[in-house]
Amino acid sequence: MNRQSGSILRNTLTLIVVVLVAWQALYWIVGDIALRSPLQTFAFAGKFMSTPQFAQHLAETSKAFGLALLLAVAIGLTIGFTLGASRFLSDVFEPMLIALYSIPKITLYPILLLAFGLGMSSKVAFGTIHGVIPIALFTITAVRNVKRVYLKTGQVMGLSPLDMIARIIFPAALPEIFAGLRIGFSLTLIGTLLGEMFASQRGLGFLLMSAIGLHNVDLIMALTLLLTVFAGTASVVLLALNQRLYARS
Amino acid sequence: MRSPLLWRLLVLAGFIGLLEALCLGGVIKPLTMQPPHKIVTDLVKMLSSGSLNGAIAKTLGNALIAFIIAMILGVTSAIIIHRLRRVRDTLEPLFATYYAIPVFAFYPLLIILLGLGDAPQIFIGAMLGIVAVIVNTLNGLDRVPNVLLKTARVNQMGPVETALRVTLPCASPYILTGAKLAVAYSLIGIIGAEFIMSSGGMGYEISFAYNNFDNATMYPLILLILVVSITINMAIARWEKALMAKRGLR
Repeated sequence: MNRQSGSILRNTLTLIVVVLVAWQALYWIVGDIALRSPLQTFAFAGKFMSTPQFAQHLAETSKAFGLALLLAVAIGLTIGFTLGASRFLSDVFEPMLIALYSIPKITLYPILLLAFGLGMSSKVAFGTIHGVIPIALFTITAVRNVKRVYLKTGQVMGLSPLDMIARIIFPAALPEIFAGLRIGFSLTLIGTLLGEMFASQRGLGFLLMSAIGLHNVDLIMALTLLLTVFAGTASVVLLALNQRLYARS
Repeated sequence: MRSPLLWRLLVLAGFIGLLEALCLGGVIKPLTMQPPHKIVTDLVKMLSSGSLNGAIAKTLGNALIAFIIAMILGVTSAIIIHRLRRVRDTLEPLFATYYAIPVFAFYPLLIILLGLGDAPQIFIGAMLGIVAVIVNTLNGLDRVPNVLLKTARVNQMGPVETALRVTLPCASPYILTGAKLAVAYSLIGIIGAEFIMSSGGMGYEISFAYNNFDNATMYPLILLILVVSITINMAIARWEKALMAKRGLR
């Protein structure tokens, strides 16, 4: 296990170095009009992060993202456990979920805006619909793949349905559910940011969009960097946790 | 009797019926959403009048180009990466985090680099799709039985011939899984980019219609995109299933 996480670390570091070198090379080719060098971007991002303006937008985005994630996890797990427990229900609904998963959800955004209005609720809704389906799909498969023996043992012990979920199905299916949560996490983040980009007056997505409008290259680069670093870090951490869960089971 | 397909259709019909009832009953305001039957008639009218055919052709054409680029580059680079263990290990964290990165943040950069034409949109669409193709192709290549590779060697096939005649056909169901994702991602890339900044295409028309409360244009366009993407997806899924069944895998 330790050796494995060590190699993840080494690979990630190599990757970061390669990306930085490519970035610097691209900067030399393209020049100041569209890019900043890594060093300039880090300097600007550092300065920008200490402004109150940033804190305000960050708080707004975190709130929207947190709510969306909470909803996506709650709804996704509910759907997943309900459908996973019943062969018939999952036969009926799983293909529909897969079809929904495959559609470009970005086209639904205007509908959400009309339904929820501008502001927080439509952002949260957009983030939620991005994250909820993968969580549900992974949970369905996870619950369905729980070993029959475990379920039979539970029945023999006379567990109530709630105990059955809490003590047997959930722990057994946890690694796979967690894989769904990891994907749901990234997609919810992207959904929330996209929501902020298209129709919002606050948040990091809005900030990015207005920087695009004003052609503020410093700000575009700094925000892209911050978002990428945050999303990347979260994803690597969740991946490492997930591998540990798989290794344990 | 208890056929899942029948039930699925019933659920779908019930959902559409409910929407219809809510819209006609005035619970959902016409300004929010029009009744489903009106969306369909609007779509037929729109398609037969041809007023937006240019935009539709532009978006679907660009998505097709992005999809083809993602498939060709994705499969080729997967074959190359598959042979280079060290490169693959290094790229693994990138693949794992790639879809967590908001790619649209790079759109302004691409506009400056490639100009405000179709190129940056196609680039975004292809960029979104390519990693899904690479990951799934690698997954498929991992599962090519060693016997087949040995047979290829016995028959003295070159690397290109081996790829075309042995490994790729063998990995094709997994490549199709990647293709399904690439279809969705190229559409997402193109339409999202058109939403943010562009001068034409379905995404642009949808946001234009939204800004003008023109639901008679917006809903049919959205419906069209949904129908197109679901149809392509189901067609590929069916093909994938047939391939899998032929090998007795599912």
